[in-house]
Amino acid sequence: MADFVPPPLWPEIGLEPVPSPEDGLMAACRPFVAAPAHNQALGFPGELVEDWETRAVARLGELLAGNRALRVYLDACVGCGACADKCHFFLGTGDANNMPVARQNLLRAVYCRHFTPAGRLLGPLAGAGRLDRARLDSWYGYFHQCSQCRRCSVFCPMGIDTAELSMAAREIMNSIGLGQKYCNEIIGKVYAIGNNLGLPPPALADTLEGLEEDVRDESGHDVRFPLDVRGAEVLLVTPSADFFAEPHVDGLIGYAKVFHQAGLSWTLSSYASEAANFGLFIGSVEQMRKIALRIRAAALDLGVKRIVFGECGHAWRVAHAFLEELAGPFDFLDPRYPRPQHIAEITADLIRTGGIRLDPDANAGMVVTLHDSCNVARASRMGDEPGGQFTLPREIVRAAVPRFVEMHPDTTHDRTFCCGGGGGLLTDDLIELRIKGARPRMQALKQVVEQDGVTHLCALCAICKSQFTKVLPAYGFDREMMVSLHQLVGQAIRLGTSSL
Amino acid sequence: MAYEIDGKVIEHDEEGYLTDIAQWSEPLGGVIATKEGLAMTPEHWEVVNFLREYYAEYQIAPAIRVLTKALTKRMGAEKASNKYLYDLFPYGPAKQACKIAGLPKPTGCV
Repeated sequence: MADFVPPPLWPEIGLEPVPSPEDGLMAACRPFVAAPAHNQALGFPGELVEDWETRAVARLGELLAGNRALRVYLDACVGCGACADKCHFFLGTGDANNMPVARQNLLRAVYCRHFTPAGRLLGPLAGAGRLDRARLDSWYGYFHQCSQCRRCSVFCPMGIDTAELSMAAREIMNSIGLGQKYCNEIIGKVYAIGNNLGLPPPALADTLEGLEEDVRDESGHDVRFPLDVRGAEVLLVTPSADFFAEPHVDGLIGYAKVFHQAGLSWTLSSYASEAANFGLFIGSVEQMRKIALRIRAAALDLGVKRIVFGECGHAWRVAHAFLEELAGPFDFLDPRYPRPQHIAEITADLIRTGGIRLDPDANAGMVVTLHDSCNVARASRMGDEPGGQFTLPREIVRAAVPRFVEMHPDTTHDRTFCCGGGGGLLTDDLIELRIKGARPRMQALKQVVEQDGVTHLCALCAICKSQFTKVLPAYGFDREMMVSLHQLVGQAIRLGTSSL
Repeated sequence: MAYEIDGKVIEHDEEGYLTDIAQWSEPLGGVIATKEGLAMTPEHWEVVNFLREYYAEYQIAPAIRVLTKALTKRMGAEKASNKYLYDLFPYGPAKQACKIAGLPKPTGCV
């Protein structure tokens, strides 16, 4: 499987010129369709049902009835074009349907035809259209070229959230038996085994035991990686990639060292061994709830007092915004920590209060820039202050490394560009899209590498880390530039009492 | 979608992973590697064999870190890097080596 090789990055300093939109450039780009077994494991029809058009329209009607925001987003677009050049997939591909307004219109046309008087009366003159086979194919292709990152919504004067439309479209497609293999196979693994990776409990136990050995050999300290320990204070829920991939594992080692040094008892759960919740990506509240309930069950079973999330962007969105509604009430938790916390909140607080000390010299030579992950940046908060989701990770990086550099302000904070692999697109069958979609971020990275000597790119999301590890070489960067936020912490933290 | 070896047809999925992992054999591993554009060396086989041993015990491929550690123990410190594995399996050691070893593709955010 040969990787797509992109043209060289724009040689000038600054962001690339916006491409002229062209129709159909990415029309052939579509992820593998889920097999019947993948769909059925989630309760969806195995294959495209015969009366799919009728059923899809009916499902859209149900979604409209249950979600007023969806109707507002479909009604409110004035076609101003402010979103057009804000999507990394449009900037990277030039495909006209990857302009957010055009992507929205794929769904809006069907809404207009069946749910508005103008659409019923005037049809195409009002922008209305049937969900015929060609349109269904466009839905499948282009709603899987949206990473639900919500950058466009930051610039939309009407506040339209394209991610909500892309989630609704995917939910409708699942309801008629047209699921995406990557997401649905993975959700099935969570139900069957407990995590996206399909890592069974004995393998998880073996992996954690190995990490204890490694950390002992490397640091001389007995840092534990506890699994299924009843009565622990903290349940850590983290993406299963943290048990498997690089540099994710180095982040997990960082969390363990922080808990160790702070004297906080903690445990992982083999039942809830996954923070990710791909139910969000496919727009299914029912799947989101089933996955979220595993965390509740594990927390109750283990008798923990706090729930802490590791470095996973969309998991933090779900935890921060939806967990109480999906799987609450969490009235059994310590009243001082009634909501799930992010590991970065804990680490930043410990740095501020002197509970842990970091030695930036341990990361000598590193010049680090931070990629704000989209779900953390635009769909969550950390700490008590507005903008904490931006300031806390930066505080941690600054404390852990000798030099921190910001990328172009149009590409950070709430204007951050998606890595190109979010929203259920981190799959090899979409590699060309992923490489093209990463281009705006790579352009901003190139600038700080050349101007400021940046050596490392830091992120706090498993998808971002895997995506960048994959696409950095396509743009001439070393894949080992990619680091986890808590990898920096783990390398810089002073362990033991003598160092305090 | 199938590999052909010694007149036998062995099915695989859209990406080349075996549909039935029990059908793997060493010669088939060689056929898959050729399709991936790789010429198998003893170093490649060392990785593939370790993956299969680990899978037999745990029903999953090992984490990259577990793999590098095992290779270090068996073959020396120069094998203790992610880079070494990427040099052997350019598409990514987890996915490409699993495919050649006849194992399921690691899924998720990896």
